[in-house]
Amino acid sequence: MASNTTLIDPRGPRFGAAVTSVVLAAALLLGGTPGLILLALQAAVFALGAGLGLAAQPYGRLYRAFVRPRLAPPAELEDERPPRFAQGVGLAFALVGLAGGLVGVPAVFLVATGFALVAALLNAVFAFCLGCELYLLGRRLRHSAGAGA
Amino acid sequence: MSSLLGSSAGLASVVGAIVIALGFGLYRRATDGRARRVQGELAAGPWAGRLGERATFVQFSSPICAPCRSTERVLSGIADETPGVAHLDVDVSERLDLADEFDIRRTPTVLVLDAAGLVRQRLVGPPTRAQALTALAALG
Repeated sequence: MASNTTLIDPRGPRFGAAVTSVVLAAALLLGGTPGLILLALQAAVFALGAGLGLAAQPYGRLYRAFVRPRLAPPAELEDERPPRFAQGVGLAFALVGLAGGLVGVPAVFLVATGFALVAALLNAVFAFCLGCELYLLGRRLRHSAGAGA
Repeated sequence: MSSLLGSSAGLASVVGAIVIALGFGLYRRATDGRARRVQGELAAGPWAGRLGERATFVQFSSPICAPCRSTERVLSGIADETPGVAHLDVDVSERLDLADEFDIRRTPTVLVLDAAGLVRQRLVGPPTRAQALTALAALG
């Protein structure tokens, strides 16, 4: 592991994933313009988390301000990079969903937002980072594409 | 009218997402870290000359991997307290050739090599300490 790794309380991203799950489910249930507005807000949250780091992510701020003071210190700390990478994956799905909704293809909105919801639920309920698994698969794809060229 | 349609499709999407997430999560929880016996192929890799006398855990990790740290602690703990058992950590993002060779799709994936350097067990997903010890015991 790199020595410049930022370590975080792993419960922060899980709390964030729970809030994300609620927001994405509400966006799907509302549909229409209100649903798109919610999805756009969630995309902005993802963008902050992926671009500036989890310290700048609004749900992470909520966690540190209101939740963490009520909890015992974390049993162990985790690397920030996996959850931050996952924010980027969430952003990609949210943007696809937004594009689908804006150009009037509801199926794309429903499926892309639904996938983002699956990933958020897996993180909130099981502490699985589905987006993180795309990292290795993506690197391997590029590697074999480069080797084949 | 259209918002009514939108909300029933939205409800279906939410229910579908919950079913998929629960099903996938429970499947992963049941199978992660479980040792599978593999054909004893001779594994050439960066562990040449660093094998344990009895067995070696070769852990494939990556920088984007939350459970790799805890797996590292579990395996290095076992290696520290068990004579002849070694633990090696390979950053697969720097050794994509090994990822191809051993078809590593997730991190952590752990190969258990025997004294001769043959791959005998494969554990995909983070193993518990008990699962890692079981894989070790299966070498005989």
